[in-house]
Amino acid sequence: MNISFSFASLAMLFAAFALAPLLMGVILKVKAFFAGKQGPPWLIKYHTLVKLLQKGSVYSTSTTFIFKLGPVVSFTTAVMLLLFFPFAGMAPVLSFHGDVIMLFYLLGLGRFFTVLAALDTASPFEGMGAAREVFFSSLAEAAIFVILALFFRLSGSLSFAEYFTGTHAVNLWSESAALILLVVIALFIVLLTENSRVPVDDPATHLELTMIHEVMILDHSGPDLALIEMGAFCKMLFYASFVSCLLFPFQTGTPFFNIIIFAMVMTLVYAGVGLVESITARYKMDTVPNYILTSFALVCFATILTMEFVL
Amino acid sequence: MDKLLQVQNGEAVSRRDIPDLPFRDFQKVVLSKTDHSGFPVQFFAYENEEKELKLITVIRSGTHLYTAGCSLPEEFPSLTAKCEKFHMFEREIAEQFGARPKDHPWLKMVRYHANYRGKEDVFGNDYRVDIPGNYPYFSVDGHSIHEVAVGPVHAGIIEPGHFRFQCAGEKVFSLEIQLGYQHRGVEKLLEQAGQPLNRLPVICESIAGDTAIGHSLCHSQAIEALAGLEVDKGSKIIRSVALELERLANHIGDLGALSGDVAFNPPLNYFGRIRGEFLNLSLTMAGNRFGKGLVRPGGISFPVGEEQRQIMINKVIDETQGIDHVCDLLFSAHTVLARFENTGTVPRELAEKIGLVGYSGRASGLSYDARVAFPTELFGEMEANRNNRTVGDVCSRATVRREEIMHSLDAIPKLLSKNIDAEPLPVPASHTLAADSFVVTINEAWRGELSHCLLTNKEGAILRYKVKDPSFHNWTGLSMSLRNQGISDFPLCNKSFNLSYCGFDL
Repeated sequence: MNISFSFASLAMLFAAFALAPLLMGVILKVKAFFAGKQGPPWLIKYHTLVKLLQKGSVYSTSTTFIFKLGPVVSFTTAVMLLLFFPFAGMAPVLSFHGDVIMLFYLLGLGRFFTVLAALDTASPFEGMGAAREVFFSSLAEAAIFVILALFFRLSGSLSFAEYFTGTHAVNLWSESAALILLVVIALFIVLLTENSRVPVDDPATHLELTMIHEVMILDHSGPDLALIEMGAFCKMLFYASFVSCLLFPFQTGTPFFNIIIFAMVMTLVYAGVGLVESITARYKMDTVPNYILTSFALVCFATILTMEFVL
Repeated sequence: MDKLLQVQNGEAVSRRDIPDLPFRDFQKVVLSKTDHSGFPVQFFAYENEEKELKLITVIRSGTHLYTAGCSLPEEFPSLTAKCEKFHMFEREIAEQFGARPKDHPWLKMVRYHANYRGKEDVFGNDYRVDIPGNYPYFSVDGHSIHEVAVGPVHAGIIEPGHFRFQCAGEKVFSLEIQLGYQHRGVEKLLEQAGQPLNRLPVICESIAGDTAIGHSLCHSQAIEALAGLEVDKGSKIIRSVALELERLANHIGDLGALSGDVAFNPPLNYFGRIRGEFLNLSLTMAGNRFGKGLVRPGGISFPVGEEQRQIMINKVIDETQGIDHVCDLLFSAHTVLARFENTGTVPRELAEKIGLVGYSGRASGLSYDARVAFPTELFGEMEANRNNRTVGDVCSRATVRREEIMHSLDAIPKLLSKNIDAEPLPVPASHTLAADSFVVTINEAWRGELSHCLLTNKEGAILRYKVKDPSFHNWTGLSMSLRNQGISDFPLCNKSFNLSYCGFDL
């Protein structure tokens, strides 16, 4: 196992954590632009977090400790994800052979506890939301693992950081660019799915019956809700960084330029999410699986293409 | 149809002229009149001066209105068992007067209140305890069936209503809607307000906040008929324009909300702004964004001057193109159409069976428009609107609204180009009503057929004031549209009907 407690790695980790809420503001600003509005202030998400942290939490008498555990676990797992991420080409804090499997199951663990907490409330809505969340994310998981298989073929590594560094780095500027283009599209679909964005889910809706993720956290309040929100920002940041790393190799040799370009590409990815949310409506619930499985089909196709010489 | 009396919309007739049939004959005549093209407009009970329980109905058939009455027994064979159009009406009668319709397929309270006569409750409720009352819900049993209860308190800022879904997974088998949380006793308030009648329009404007003009118009026409008031043409023009402005503001707001419900944001925001422009036109005209205080029995309370007329004409013409563009944006986005089309379909046969009115009815192919069938004010001189998509799905209801928006935008400048000099009413105006009379008024409010019906006693006081909001018919349509739909499409279907809770609850 490689543990890097270098100043650069830790600084990047904290910067990423601190800036995750700001980047969410980019989505809101892009959506506001398309709606012809000014939109909320850039720091809106920080205000929300501070507001929630100052409040108390309310617990239904029908819930157990599981309900309180949900936000903590989902927040912790989301933060743990960031430990493995090579932000702007820096060495991640943690890295070992096979950490990709660990990574995605951490995500799964966080989701599992969110779902348990939702079921713990015994609310019919939350059960419904949990069923949808589990169904859709299991479809997205299929795509994710095919992506990992493909990356293993391309880079020969099972460590997240090694995908994006070294001579076999996986990105749009390598010789397998055509395949990576498919992966970028597929991963973007997975990003939208996993982060409850339009066209899969609508984070802005107030309509309980149409919600997927939001409905599962309806009963959480105050600091618990703040943890869930912050966890969601980290998760979004993770996926957006994942896409960014595929879009551009952050290996200019100068860390300063790497960071600048990384910030720009990240902003672009978030703006892309905002753009998609502005120009598409949500899919009907029963066509969402087709949409998610498109990502699976794309990466499956890409993986098959890598097998051309195998016979 | 010699057993029925033909009446005109907004025309007072003597109560003695209304045929008082034996109950069996009454039912037979009413049934034969409503079997296909006839629909009940009003069907309600009242106590006459001798405290006898009476039933009276107004039926529309084509462009004709018929009325008849009878004595209502304490227990009577239900009409609903033979004709679904009476479903809510009979439940309402049972609740208001404690008379039991036998063999009613779903006899349940409408608004949850004790009956007016102090009789034993038909539903077995004790209204002294707050909740819960005896609320039986339709339920479905079986493997993997689950029940979802929504409301009466909702996550958004909407009115209270309880929705009970019986589902298998995401699919809805049945939706039952229980309202009544905003019951204020409007009909009793109106009956007990007494002389002078100045309070009545104020109460009517508050029946449903989004239909203030519609209700005050129905009320004013009824009082005008009973008091023999003449309304000058200028006032009629302004009242027609006010009703069309109300229609515009609501339809535009709802098209925006429909696009918001499918997470397509730009039209939501554009329409939100444009809706404000039309509310502001009502402000220009009446000093109130919802047009409250404008329509009063006898005419209008404020004159509309040349300057206001120019502002209104220019604003409507200025906004027309923008509205058309945003509509194009909404109706050409394929992801939006994918959500709208084939969602929440109410086929024509079903719509006819339950008697849908307004844009919901027109979207299902029932062309009834009270502005055409029973024109009041200046609607007789207006061109009728045509609807091109009448499949009965969400897309049809949205398209019909778009067509109505364009129709109203076209009509308002035409109306305003006429001579609108009107004599504002002296304040306060007091009227004496014709004794022993009956009047029914019908207007096409933005949701559809809105009707007020008044009966006066021998002293000319109001004996019974009956209000019927279009939502009274159409809530059943919403329940039906959800059959075999995904439960996640409920909010979209709901918004496409956008029915009134308080208009129903009275």
